[in-house]
Amino acid sequence: MGMTITQKILAAHAGLDSVVPGQLIEASLDLVLGNDVTTPPAIEVFRKLGVDKVFDRDKVCLVPDHFTPNKDIKSAELSKCMRCFAREQEITHYYELGRRQMGIEHVILPDNGMVFPGDVIIGADSHTCTYGAVGAFSTGVGSTDLACAMARGKTWFKVPEAIKVVLHGAKAPLVTGKDIILHLIGMIGVDGALYKSLEFTGDGVKCLSMCDRLTMCNMAIECGAKNGIFAVDEMTLQYIFMTNPERVQKGAFKVYEADEDAEYSQVIEIDLAKVPLTVALPHLPSNTKPASEVKNMKINQVMVGSCTNGRLEDIRMAGLMMQGHKVHPDVRCIIIPGSEQVYRAALDEGILAVLDDAGCVISTPTCGPCLGGHMGVLAAGERCVSTTNRNFVGRMGHVDSEVILAGVPVACASAILGRVGTPDELMALRRKD
Amino acid sequence: MKVSGKVFKYGDNVDTDVIIPARHLTSADPEHLKQHCMEDIDSSFAGNVKPGDIMVAGKNFGCGSSREHAPVAIKASGISLVIAADFARIFYRNAINTGLPIMECPEAAGRISNGDVVEADFETGVITDVTTGETFQAAAFPEFIGNLIAAGGLVEYTRKELGL
Repeated sequence: MGMTITQKILAAHAGLDSVVPGQLIEASLDLVLGNDVTTPPAIEVFRKLGVDKVFDRDKVCLVPDHFTPNKDIKSAELSKCMRCFAREQEITHYYELGRRQMGIEHVILPDNGMVFPGDVIIGADSHTCTYGAVGAFSTGVGSTDLACAMARGKTWFKVPEAIKVVLHGAKAPLVTGKDIILHLIGMIGVDGALYKSLEFTGDGVKCLSMCDRLTMCNMAIECGAKNGIFAVDEMTLQYIFMTNPERVQKGAFKVYEADEDAEYSQVIEIDLAKVPLTVALPHLPSNTKPASEVKNMKINQVMVGSCTNGRLEDIRMAGLMMQGHKVHPDVRCIIIPGSEQVYRAALDEGILAVLDDAGCVISTPTCGPCLGGHMGVLAAGERCVSTTNRNFVGRMGHVDSEVILAGVPVACASAILGRVGTPDELMALRRKD
Repeated sequence: MKVSGKVFKYGDNVDTDVIIPARHLTSADPEHLKQHCMEDIDSSFAGNVKPGDIMVAGKNFGCGSSREHAPVAIKASGISLVIAADFARIFYRNAINTGLPIMECPEAAGRISNGDVVEADFETGVITDVTTGETFQAAAFPEFIGNLIAAGGLVEYTRKELGL
């Protein structure tokens, strides 16, 4: 029986010629990731294991990004705990605040050339599935799994079935990867891909930037998927050459393709030209609507950033949208570049000045508001259009607050209009001026 | 081993943000976490739950964030078993790794009501709704997972593999 891309990667890392869905395997790991919320409990488990050293100090990646810059004393203790462990273990890829390669974990790992086609990566963060965009198998785990993986460099997996998502044609210019993945989650529901891989393929893939692909794989978890993955193409190869030319030159990676006769539990066809600017209304990412159908919803806040939409292309898009406009008087618009590199590029390109002139708040890279941590927590009755990934009850603050998920163009249009809105309305606004 | 307790019933897609909101993740201490368990969908849960009580929910229980604090909070609150139609995969791993007993049983998840008294047998997978007299059969764990649990969980399994 033929294998999917994910099945081939897992087989290779388990030392097997082939695997079948449902098979339980132990796979070697190319990278293990933790953050300031999930690593401290993992360190406690690591101590209980009675191991002195991590399996490979070059293959453990620790990123203090959730409650940083620390929001209170307790969160400072979490960061301190992780920092001390990183020093003790001489972890190569520990990132400190403000340094050029620092930022939100799922923004910096790809951009720093840490994730490559054919790799197997686990992270104690559910959005670790982001790296499928470069053709890696990557998935989220909890702190105990992280601890045991740091000790052994291996973990167990159940080989997943796959859903093939065939993308056809070309998307409209302001439709982004965010709209496509929200559209898909709306089609199949928040458990539509439970325990499965989402394998994105079809002629429509070539019109998707790496930013689009990273956003789409990032949100694979929001329909329950174990991972999302794209076949490697010319664009992927260019991206990894740009982020880590040394590894490319060494040829230290392997590109896997799905077999012709690979089995899929389901095939979903999407005509990209028909994907509208999409939002997910409270309180599930599957509660989707075309943005144009919900324009009467007043908002109090807009947030652009996160591991889903905090990349340079996203911030550039925000600059384009906000240019010459002002944030609506009733709205706070928070822009969070996803990494120091993104921040600096946006600064050098003059984008931050545009956003500042428009009346946006510009924050240092952090996950903060996405999970109701800090830097934009919502009060009772407040509503936020957010480029983040979850709109569960209480996700960004008070239990009576609401989050509407959207891509950057809709988020920025909404910030200007003071309600859910679409970019075409901004043109009309300009004409009126 | 058998457990028995009063049921706290919830719906589909109970996410880890409502099981334990991120604003409480600045500490991983189970005693702290249990005070806030379920507070965003059931503010009376922490005050009413008694040791041994059982949580029953619909499909995709524990979706969302990978926070292991979620099964830790449920276990610390005294819950002896979570029965759901099915579980989100990271929560499933985390529950096994932190020793929170779980059972997959769509029929039980559909039929059992809030406040019922339920008994469950971990060896046979039989769930009995004592209030209504109905019985249900939960899905068995795959052999590998069963062995992992029998070995004392992932930590003991890993120690063995490392020769410690």
